[in-house]
Amino acid sequence: MLTEEDVYKVAELAKIEICEEEAKKFRAEFESIIGYFNLLDEVDVDVEPTFQVLPIKNVFREDIPKKGLSREEALANAKHVENGYFKGPKIVE
Amino acid sequence: MDVIIGLEVHVQLNKLKTKMFCPCSIDYHGDEPNTHVCPICLGMPGAMPVLNKEAVKAGIKVALALNAEVQPFMVFDRKNYFYPDLPKGFQISQYDHPLAWGGYLTIETDEGEKKITLKRIHMEEDPGKLSYKGSITTAKYSLIDYNRSGVPLLEIVTEPVMNSPKEARLFLNKLRIILEYLDVFDGNLEGAMRVDANVSVKGGGRVEIKNISSFKGVEKALTYEITRQKNLIRMGRTVKRETRHFDEANNITVSLRSKEEEQDYRYFPEPDLVPIYAEELIEEVKQILPEMPEEKRERFKKQYGLSDSFAKVLVMDIKMANYFEDVAKVVNPKLAASWIVDVLRGELNYRSKDFTFAYEKLKPEEMAKLLNYFENGDITEKGVVEVIRTKLDKGGNVDKIIESKGLFAIPKEEIERLCIEIIEKNKKAVEDYYAGKKQALNFLVGQVMKATRGRADPGETAKIMRIILDKK
Ligand SMILES: [Zn+2]
Repeated sequence: MLTEEDVYKVAELAKIEICEEEAKKFRAEFESIIGYFNLLDEVDVDVEPTFQVLPIKNVFREDIPKKGLSREEALANAKHVENGYFKGPKIVE
Repeated sequence: MDVIIGLEVHVQLNKLKTKMFCPCSIDYHGDEPNTHVCPICLGMPGAMPVLNKEAVKAGIKVALALNAEVQPFMVFDRKNYFYPDLPKGFQISQYDHPLAWGGYLTIETDEGEKKITLKRIHMEEDPGKLSYKGSITTAKYSLIDYNRSGVPLLEIVTEPVMNSPKEARLFLNKLRIILEYLDVFDGNLEGAMRVDANVSVKGGGRVEIKNISSFKGVEKALTYEITRQKNLIRMGRTVKRETRHFDEANNITVSLRSKEEEQDYRYFPEPDLVPIYAEELIEEVKQILPEMPEEKRERFKKQYGLSDSFAKVLVMDIKMANYFEDVAKVVNPKLAASWIVDVLRGELNYRSKDFTFAYEKLKPEEMAKLLNYFENGDITEKGVVEVIRTKLDKGGNVDKIIESKGLFAIPKEEIERLCIEIIEKNKKAVEDYYAGKKQALNFLVGQVMKATRGRADPGETAKIMRIILDKK
């Protein structure tokens, strides 16, 4: 049983603000999604877990440097910039 | 055991050339911020990570050397969290299929050898670096440099088996020695090793100290934290379970905003990377695993006839061990070992330098030449020390230094001549000598030393002096 509290918690983890109405709506939607997963419980678990649906493995790159972006390019889309740094929120209180 | 410590050690595989998932160079130290970045390590939409093969091999190397069980099947996962140090909103890490499980390394404590067991080792990408204008407490925002973002990182997690800050330090020292032997790690680079330490005192909750960024910091942070916890318990208060930050400038730990619990990271397999089937890679790495400290120690004893105590010190640093072997090619190995361990190492320490500096300033061939002179009696012990100091501080040519400072030892005949001269000039002291006063001999030898301004070898001079006196 999924509560609205759970919905608020998920929203907080995802850094999304939701209103009471949305919480109600999402609770119902989450529950139906979880319902699908419950179906899995009915399946025989004697199968290999799937980590990747692509039929490939061991994709590697050699350790050879390549030129990336210039600093101007890197910072071009950032709204908040200072002395070549990105500006971000403070994380320690 | 009233103190229990476990460590999570983050080790940069900084001898590699590129990042974990993109070809940006990791040679960024001293460079301007955000100049070693690309769409992948900046987390731009649509950018796809591709795994660095050498990083995986380096990881396997470390895991094997730490006696861990390297996994033939590995998966990368997304660890979701919102910190600006990673621009994607998640860190690519490993969760339930890591690089390796278990493992251990051995430290030497005052009570003897102790095995420090490991829980797991996994690979992940380093986050970017946050800094603050002014202090962390007064700044209103963070400044972010993504040069470090994506650097190949190993997280080595120990079991909670250490019982003192000193054991934690010994563990980290030993780990560093091993990593440098494997040539995957340079501990001198800023940020090369960062540690989270879990510590609890009997009767209190577990406290995690985050992101201690130096070797010495770990011991200091733990010592402070244990005292703090013990004081709380003594006063009848509870030690609450929390995360703290080590304030390196003030040597204290401060409370940090509580972080999300483990399940809140919502790990799931990284869909942009495919699983690794590592059996062949593991075999490949096993073939190139270098000699480790313990093996080297045994070989040094066997091959060079060194005592265990010299062999033990020499192998503590791969650069010192190599330096020794280079010198021992041309000089009596026991002589080389004692000069390197007892003198050169001390002179380097005194200057806060290591054997990289010795390789630059006093090359093994030069050290060998100097020790050959010493062995032939061409220069005194004091003279050797003086040349070593001069070479380290000012450089120059070994022969020229010896010549200009007049360090070439006085020939034996010259010492004999001086002894006879001194005996004639100091009748009183000679009488005292025959009367059995030991200090008299020291006085006479001292006169020879004075006459040669210290260039005569005191032991050799005393021997000659005694022979002449006893003949009379
Ligand atoms: Zn990059």
